[in-house]
Amino acid sequence: MHSTACDDAAEAAVDENVRAPLHQSADNGLKIVIVGGFGVGKTTMVRSVSEIRPLNTEETMTQAGVGVDDPAGVEGKSTTTVAFDFGRITINERTVLYLFGAPGQERFWFLWDRLFAGTLGAVVLVDTRRLHDSWYAIDRLEAHGMPFVVAHNDFGGERHTLEQIRDALDLSPGVPLVACDARDRESSKQVLISLVRHLYALTAQDATA
Amino acid sequence: MSPLGPDDDPDRLYTVTGGRSRATGGAFDLVTLIVAECEPAPGMQSEHVRILELARRPTAVVELSAALRLPVSVVRILLTDLLDTGRITARHPRTPARAELPEPDLLKEVLDALHRL
Ligand SMILES: Nc1nc2c(ncn2[C@@H]2O[C@H](COP(=O)(O)OP(=O)(O)OP(=O)(O)O)[C@@H](O)[C@H]2O)c(=O)[nH]1
Ligand SMILES: [Mg+2]
Repeated sequence: MHSTACDDAAEAAVDENVRAPLHQSADNGLKIVIVGGFGVGKTTMVRSVSEIRPLNTEETMTQAGVGVDDPAGVEGKSTTTVAFDFGRITINERTVLYLFGAPGQERFWFLWDRLFAGTLGAVVLVDTRRLHDSWYAIDRLEAHGMPFVVAHNDFGGERHTLEQIRDALDLSPGVPLVACDARDRESSKQVLISLVRHLYALTAQDATA
Repeated sequence: MSPLGPDDDPDRLYTVTGGRSRATGGAFDLVTLIVAECEPAPGMQSEHVRILELARRPTAVVELSAALRLPVSVVRILLTDLLDTGRITARHPRTPARAELPEPDLLKEVLDALHRL
């Protein structure tokens, strides 16, 4: 069999799995999704906190064409493909948390239920140079009733206060907004902690409701 | 570049799944942990062999998908075959699948682990 860069990558993925296997007793997988526009630092954040090198894969969904002119259409079908990457954090001997980095573009939300049903919560990564990239993601998360926090990944340039960002995003007061540097492990860890604390607060609200 | 590389063509997908496009189980979550219940046997389809090797330790569906460089939907079909013949078991996530909040105890465990990172 000839060797290609992709074969090597797959071998590396296998090695990784052998080097950092899950506990034999692992039986509960959890999900947190990091969404945001292109280049906002999703993969960087996953890498900062993951115990494995981020891996990537994709999901495809084939649909029968609905009378549209479909250039890709073999037998009138169209395929939606969404690529995402992921890393993981072992919580304890039974529980493992998977972190998914995914672009928040339209076709992604099409596959949300199929891929991310049961997700604990989401982090919306925003870049103040392209705030509008996050409007759609915030909208969709609200529509899905998915708890989330917003993390401002600071790429430098013009300074913005969190208050200004909150206004620009029209975030409801209940949604935590934090600043972060996705390249920094401690900072990325604090983002995840703010999300889990937020979930915790929501369950407490539920209990008293 | 596509993360799946040059093998990601419809012919290959057709071949590995025997032409089926839908998993009958449908129950495999991205983070369902797969555990091999036997060693690969001679004559098995190569993707099944890889899955059984990888799943000697519990391995999430999404990690199998990345290692095999196959879309998650295709891996689900392969897993259905293995599950139906008793070659693997599946440990499904225990979190509520609908917009419901997880148990506070579970959140506490996650919080503790994050603090330890
Ligand atoms: N200055 C600065 N650069 C960052 C930060 N986070 C990420 N970067 C850089 O921004 C670039 C893009 O980061 P990625 O993590 O690849 O972004 P992504 O969201 O995964 O990008 P796509 O998957 O292509 O949509 C990389 O070169 C990172 O090193 C940050 O907090 N500050
Ligand atoms: Mg990325």
